[in-house]
Amino acid sequence: MDIKSLEDRFNEKIDEDVRIEPKDWMPDNYRKTLIRQISQHAHSEIVGMLPEANWISRAPTLRRKAAALAKVQDEAGHGLYLYSACETLGVERDQLLQDLHSGKAKYSSIFNYPTLTWADMGAIGWLVDGAAIMNQVPLCRASYGPYARAMVRVCKEESFHQRQGFEIMLTLCKGSEEQKKMAQDALNRWWWPSLMMFGPTDEASTHTEQSMRWGIKRFTNDELRQKFVDATKPQADLLGITIPDKDLKWNEERGHYDFGEINWEEFFNVIKGNGPCNKQRVDARKSAYDNGAWVREAAAAHAEKKSKKQAAA
Amino acid sequence: MKNWPLWEIFIRSKAGLNHKHVGSLHAADEEMAIQNARDVYTRRNEGVSIWVVKSEHITASDPDDSDPLYEPAKDKVYRHPTFYDLPDEVKHM
Ligand SMILES: [Fe+2]
Ligand SMILES: [Fe+2]
Repeated sequence: MDIKSLEDRFNEKIDEDVRIEPKDWMPDNYRKTLIRQISQHAHSEIVGMLPEANWISRAPTLRRKAAALAKVQDEAGHGLYLYSACETLGVERDQLLQDLHSGKAKYSSIFNYPTLTWADMGAIGWLVDGAAIMNQVPLCRASYGPYARAMVRVCKEESFHQRQGFEIMLTLCKGSEEQKKMAQDALNRWWWPSLMMFGPTDEASTHTEQSMRWGIKRFTNDELRQKFVDATKPQADLLGITIPDKDLKWNEERGHYDFGEINWEEFFNVIKGNGPCNKQRVDARKSAYDNGAWVREAAAAHAEKKSKKQAAA
Repeated sequence: MKNWPLWEIFIRSKAGLNHKHVGSLHAADEEMAIQNARDVYTRRNEGVSIWVVKSEHITASDPDDSDPLYEPAKDKVYRHPTFYDLPDEVKHM
């Protein structure tokens, strides 16, 4: 079949909402864009373990510690579902990891901020996982089958993450003056970076149109950001803490909250590698990889020895 | 170093149901594949039994052959119970 009719058939499937599967023909750019998007997403899950892992050993109660452990373990799982989905497109896992380590591949800018107090665990679950859910739920209908299926699993698990974070915030806000201050401080520091998680404005984002056409993006960055603000403001009110944005107010006419200008210079600076923790995060990933090399080699050697023995028997 | 081989994971969610494909993972051997599958795919009681198969051992049909493979079944409506006209008096058949 010639390329034109292959392309037509592919577009037809997209229009009819029929999923594309690994062995189906797909345009090169669709494949490349998906590899970039899915691997970026996988890297974000894995790097996202680091800021919270920081607090596992310092959790205030056993209940919180068990929850933190389970959440961080889930994020590892999410990374693995997504790496596997990405590999169905014909890339090797090792290549993906090397791209993360070399800085060629990106991950979500949010994980380059430090977790300074226990309240940050609350703010991350509430805001960061909350923003991730906004982003991810529509992707359960992504046009690429393995990606959509991975997202279904991820989304099922995320709601516990957000609820446990909100519960931490709620407990702090009902606590002492000092605890409430901690919660407010965490909100102050995480609010704007959370809004940045949705990416550049629609005007500035170059791939949106093509990605929407391909069904690997279902809403624009600004649409998702608005949804997030609308959902989160009443939750902040319920907690009794204040979102650090003097321009945040209900717009009756639009039926949405208006909000202030995001500091895009900061966003692009963090993406470029100059956030407070970029170096620390990538170094931690590299050292985990390097220090785990002997385990990978030993396990491979053991497997080989065993299979030789079985063959001989 | 070379990647550990890729394994396809199948999970039986409860007794009486089929094993169903849930995804894949890397592991050095079958034992490790089962343990990793336990950690990756059954953290919330999603399974009571796990199958692991090396991905390279799976042979898949070619999507381009869909027409010759599945077309012949399409016009055989008489393979379905609703094809047959029975009087209303025959209540359950
Ligand atoms: Fe996640
Ligand atoms: Fe999460």
